[in-house]
Amino acid sequence: MANMRMTKNEMPEQDPIVRAGNFEEVALGYTAEMAIDEAKRCLNCKNPQCRTGCPVSVRIPEFIAKVAEGEFEAAYDIVTSTNSLPAVCGRVCPQEKQCESKCVRGIKGESVGIGRLERFVADCHMSKADKPEPEAPASNGHRIAVIGSGPAGLTCAGDLRKMGYDVTIFEAFHKSGGVLVYGIPQFRLPKEIVAAEIANLTKMGVKIVNNAIIGKSITVDELFADGFEAVFIGSGAGLPQFLHIPGENLLGVYSANELLTRTNLMKAYRDDYDTPIKRFHRVAVVGAGNVAMDAARVAKRLGAEHVYITYRRGKDELPARKEEVEHAEAEGIEFELLNNPCAIHGDEEGRVTGIELIRQELGEPDEKGRRKPVAVEGSNWILEVETVIIAIGTSPNPLIRNTTGGLTFTRKGGIEADEGGVTAREGVFAGGDAVTGSATVILAMGAGKAGAKSIDEYIKSKG
Amino acid sequence: MYKVVTKRFLNDAHTICLFEIEAPLVARHAQAGQFVIFRLDEQGERVPVSVAGYDREKGTVTVMVQAAGRTTKMLHTVEQGDFISDFVGPLGKATEMEGLKKVCVVGGGVGCAIAYPIAKEMHERGIDVTFIGGFRSADIVILKEELKAASDKLIMCTDDGTYGEKGFTTVFLKQEIEANIAEGKPQFDRVIAIGPDIMMKFLADVTRPYGIKTIISLDPIMVDGTGMCGGCRVIVGGETKFACVDGPDFDAHEVDFDSLLKRAAFYKDEQDEAAKHICNITGGKRHG
Repeated sequence: MANMRMTKNEMPEQDPIVRAGNFEEVALGYTAEMAIDEAKRCLNCKNPQCRTGCPVSVRIPEFIAKVAEGEFEAAYDIVTSTNSLPAVCGRVCPQEKQCESKCVRGIKGESVGIGRLERFVADCHMSKADKPEPEAPASNGHRIAVIGSGPAGLTCAGDLRKMGYDVTIFEAFHKSGGVLVYGIPQFRLPKEIVAAEIANLTKMGVKIVNNAIIGKSITVDELFADGFEAVFIGSGAGLPQFLHIPGENLLGVYSANELLTRTNLMKAYRDDYDTPIKRFHRVAVVGAGNVAMDAARVAKRLGAEHVYITYRRGKDELPARKEEVEHAEAEGIEFELLNNPCAIHGDEEGRVTGIELIRQELGEPDEKGRRKPVAVEGSNWILEVETVIIAIGTSPNPLIRNTTGGLTFTRKGGIEADEGGVTAREGVFAGGDAVTGSATVILAMGAGKAGAKSIDEYIKSKG
Repeated sequence: MYKVVTKRFLNDAHTICLFEIEAPLVARHAQAGQFVIFRLDEQGERVPVSVAGYDREKGTVTVMVQAAGRTTKMLHTVEQGDFISDFVGPLGKATEMEGLKKVCVVGGGVGCAIAYPIAKEMHERGIDVTFIGGFRSADIVILKEELKAASDKLIMCTDDGTYGEKGFTTVFLKQEIEANIAEGKPQFDRVIAIGPDIMMKFLADVTRPYGIKTIISLDPIMVDGTGMCGGCRVIVGGETKFACVDGPDFDAHEVDFDSLLKRAAFYKDEQDEAAKHICNITGGKRHG
């Protein structure tokens, strides 16, 4: 008998006041009882729409049915049959826009907590002491190179390995995981979880070469010369965008990438790590996407007394996930909405003293239907801060673009590829942020999956 | 892990040390003017250092590092045969040499270590190289023989006159430029200057009135070295550039030195504090 309660089981969380002072994970995860209770809310629809909302086609009703029966390992096997990174997806996917947005239970009341259940299943497996090692399929002798160990690359590599390909990932950083390790903070996605998911892939036989910058250490042409038969480019969108307003090079202005890389990848927040970070006091974050929320919450945890999100539109237009905005608010992040920065001011030593904002009003909707902000003349004011973090997006890194012939590129610098990741150059496939510009983890994973399928078809077509 | 194949101090004062590192992926494409990023161990920071040499066949890359902050001091305690955790590159663009005929390369202190491979390669390509190497005093002078072999004319100078000529590199650069004019010799078609930011600023002032294109190699604060963090922003010709991918070489007459000097000092307090906390018992080794 299905559980007909209208609301999801709430996610247990660390107290906001406490968590704003530490880097421990915010959401604590369901207990087995909560998971079974939540799983029973699934109606097991004959024609499940949730699956169509998932970029990696997780067999959602099937795994949830197993959770309801208390068969957690069986549920894990079902999830991992299509998703190589369930502990990651369960934490950072915008489920409310994907699977959960299609859930029938969401029409009247709240959808089933699919993301929370996925996380539960993955964590449950990970914490098991006597779990079986993942199987390493025999090699079919075809070597494939994957560039970048972020969500697109890991997914592509995992899928290809499962099909029997001999896969090597080339990663520029000393640690694998791409945006999962340098971008998303510890309190949202613990790095131990990422490391465990990657360890599963290496146990399956995926090889990872760190400190290898494609376009610098090795070129794509050399990969082919070295015997790789196909290359998947999942190099992400690593290049930070700036505002190009006066004062942007003053001391105390950071890209969100710099702040996040220092804290997440280099662990500057820990005393036992060498990478330095400034003690923050008053911080303005420019932008209001998920990365802006991450940056603001990191700044708060690094000890800032006041952290402001400045955004030119209003609350209804905030691009970040609702959950992230709520978490930020609960932790004391202050929102200066309808304010657009026009300059950053500094003292004689070049240190930031404040950010100049112009108040905005919302005008007519633009082509995307979002109401366009219009500056209120003469409304300039200065928000006093010593730190400004620019979180207005990233674009694809030009290193591969500048060193790889035969590819075509979009106006914004992304590699041109079709839905299957097929590019203008034979044998070269691409997906994720390197193609689309900054998007989400799960869309990149979907692209990695599509790329793996296309590569398989390509290799088979060659005979 | 990357093996230290050779370790050798380059001067009497042991302030600058040579490390030859086994890193085939870096050695494959490394060129003069580029840099690498190294990390000592799991807790280490990513530190950029210029390529001072490479051996493609052996698969090794040489760097020459001055002990300045915590990490570089700790690197100096790493012994031959030991391993460091990361060594990645080559990063940045190589120094442009195409079409040059007569060049003056100026190195200041450890800057000579970066200037050396550039001078060497130019010299091998048949470019006329005048090298001016400046140091504070005799005890920190490096690469005496190597620089002689890599140049057509070598001027070494120290602030206190304890080695070579007495005086600053700016004085000797001006002298050489003037001598070219006075003696009717061809003028330098490029000056390449590498050293402390303040020295490069004054060298740029020397060459500006003569209209000699002057290239400097910058070493600002950075994290990743691949264009990701934007921490290494420099203003060149009024535009913001990333030293790691657009540089590290830039036209000295277009660089905004004021902003450069300020940015370089941003983490000074944190670095001084960190350097104070190097373990006295282990002498800087993290793991006994």
